[in-house]
Amino acid sequence: MSKENWLLIPFVLLILLIPVSGSRFYVFLGTDILIFGLFAVSLNLLLGYTGLVSFGHATYFGIGAYTCALLMKKASIPFPLAFAGAGILGGIAALIIGFFCVRLTKVYFAMLTLAFSQIVWAIAFKWNSLTGGDTGFIGVPFPQYLDSKIRFYYFTFAVVAVSLFILRKVVNSPFGRILTTIRENPERTEFIGINVKLFQLTAFILSGIFAAIPGALFGIFNNNVFPDILFWPASAEVLIMTILGGIYSFFGPVVGAAVLLFLRMQVTSYTQYWPVILGMILALLLFFFPGGIVGFLQTRLTLLRGNR
Amino acid sequence: MSLPDPSFLLIQSLNGLTYAMFLFLIASGLSLIFGVLGILNFAHGSLYMLGAYFTHQFVSLFVDAPGQFWWAAILASLTVAVIGVIIERFFLCHLYTREQLYQLLFTYALVLILSDFAKIIWGTGQFSVSRPAILNGAVPILDQYFPKYNIIIILLGPCIAFTFWFIILRTRWGRKIRAAALDREMLDSLGVNVSRLFTVVFFIGAWMAGLGGALVSPVSAIVPGMDVEIIVNAFIVVVIGGLGSFWGTFLGSLIVGQVYALGILAFPRLSLAFIYVLMALVLILRPWGLLGRRLQR
Repeated sequence: MSKENWLLIPFVLLILLIPVSGSRFYVFLGTDILIFGLFAVSLNLLLGYTGLVSFGHATYFGIGAYTCALLMKKASIPFPLAFAGAGILGGIAALIIGFFCVRLTKVYFAMLTLAFSQIVWAIAFKWNSLTGGDTGFIGVPFPQYLDSKIRFYYFTFAVVAVSLFILRKVVNSPFGRILTTIRENPERTEFIGINVKLFQLTAFILSGIFAAIPGALFGIFNNNVFPDILFWPASAEVLIMTILGGIYSFFGPVVGAAVLLFLRMQVTSYTQYWPVILGMILALLLFFFPGGIVGFLQTRLTLLRGNR
Repeated sequence: MSLPDPSFLLIQSLNGLTYAMFLFLIASGLSLIFGVLGILNFAHGSLYMLGAYFTHQFVSLFVDAPGQFWWAAILASLTVAVIGVIIERFFLCHLYTREQLYQLLFTYALVLILSDFAKIIWGTGQFSVSRPAILNGAVPILDQYFPKYNIIIILLGPCIAFTFWFIILRTRWGRKIRAAALDREMLDSLGVNVSRLFTVVFFIGAWMAGLGGALVSPVSAIVPGMDVEIIVNAFIVVVIGGLGSFWGTFLGSLIVGQVYALGILAFPRLSLAFIYVLMALVLILRPWGLLGRRLQR
C-alpha cells in the first residue's frame, strides 16, 4: 500500500463513524459532502487531468438527478435500474455535447460547454409536463430499503467510494497519463501519434457519467429536483470547490467540497450574505493559494521535509 | 394561428432594437477588454448594475435640479469607471500572467462580492428612475405609441458606436489599443506604457457598462440580479458577433435583441432555449463569430 493510501484510512474511519455520533446534522452534511466530492472529482478529470475548463458541468449532475427521479416516479422503474439509467444518460449527453466541444479550445471550449448547459437548463425549465418546470420535480421516491438517512448515508458512501476507486484507477492508468500529457501540451501529444480529440472526448464522457451518478443520489437525497441545479451558477460552484481543494491532486476536490459545504452551512446560519464570503474566499484563493488547500499543504510538507 | 398586427410587430421590433442598444453598450466594453487584455470579464454586468444603482442614488440627491437625470447618468457612469480602474489597478493587473481560468474566476468572485454589496447598501427592493421631463410621452407610429426616450436610445446607440469606431481606427490611442490586442510585448518594447494603456482600456469598458446601466434605469426596474441577466446575454452577443470584433458586437446585439423581441411572440416557450442554440451553432460552425477575425485556435 502506498503512503497516500495509508493516509486515507483515518478519513475513511471518520466518514464511517459519523452516524455513530448520532448527530443528524453531521449525517446530512456528510451525505452532501460525499455527493459533491464525487461531482467535483468528476469535473477535475477534465480540469486538472486533461486541462479542459468546462463551464457547464452541472448539466450532467442535473441530467443524472432528473433521469433517476423521472424513471422512478413516472415510469415506476426500480431504483437500481433508474440509477444505472442516470449514469448512462449522463454519459450519452456528455458524448453528444463533448463531440462538439472538444473541437474547440480554451475560452471557446468553456463558452460552448456553457451554451449547451444553458440549453439543457432552458429545456428543463420550460418543459413543465415532464420536469415540473421552475416549480421543480417534487416527491422523488426514496427506495424502500434505503429509507433511513443513515442507510442512505452508507449507500452514498459505498457508491462514492467505488466511483472514486474506479476514477483513481483511470487517472493512474496509461490512459490517465496520456490525459496529463494532453494537458501539458496538446500539440506535442498529437505529434507522437495520439488522437487528442478522441482522448479528450473519452475523458468528457467519463466525467459526464461520474457527474450523473452523484446527481442521481442528490435528487433522492433531497426528495426533489429543481432546474436550478442545471443553471450556470451551479457549474461555477463546483468549479470553485474543485479549485479550492486543489486541481493537481486526486482527492483535492473532495477536500474543496467538504470545506465549502461546511463553511456554507456555518455562514448561512449567521447571515444571508454567503455570496460575498464565497467571493472573498475565491479571490484570496486565486491570489495567494493558486494550488488550492491540498496544493498548499503539499508545498508546506515538502518545505518541512527539506529543512530537516 | 392568426397573424399579429404589423404595427404591433413593428413596435415589438423597436423594443428589441432598444434592448439591443443597451446590450451593445455592455457587450462592446466586454469585447474591448477581451480583445486587448485577454480577460473575459464576468464582472462587466456588475458594473452595469452599479451604474443603474448609482444613477438612482444621484437622481434622488439632485431632486429638482435642472437636467438631474443627465447629470446623474454622467456622474454614475464615471463613478463606475473609477471603480473599474481600481479593480484593474489593484487586483486584475496581478493576474495577467496567470492562466485564463484564474482571471475568469476572479471576475466571478467580483460578481458575487459586488452583488451582495449592492444588496447590503440598497436592499433587495426594486427602484425606478423617472425619465427626463423632455422625453416623457410617446410618439405615434402607425396606430401604436412608442416612448420618446426609447427613440433617443435607439439613436444614441449608433452614435456611441460610431464614436468608438472613430477612436479605435483614427486616433493615436486607438492605434496603440489595436497594437496591444495583437502583441503586447512588442508594443512594450517599443516604449509604449502598456500597463497604463490597459488601465485606460478598462476605464473605457467600465465607463460604457456604467453608462449602459445609467441609461437603462428609466426603462427597466433596478433590481438585484440585473447584473447576471445582462452578462449572460452580453456573452451571447460577443460570441455570436465574434470576441474582440467591434462590428460583430453590433451585429450580435441586433440579432439577440430581435430574437428576444420577436422570438417571444413566435415561440414563447422555446425562445429561452433558442438564443443558446444560436450561440452553440455559431460556436460550432464559426467559433470566431460571425464577423470575428479567424485566429489559429
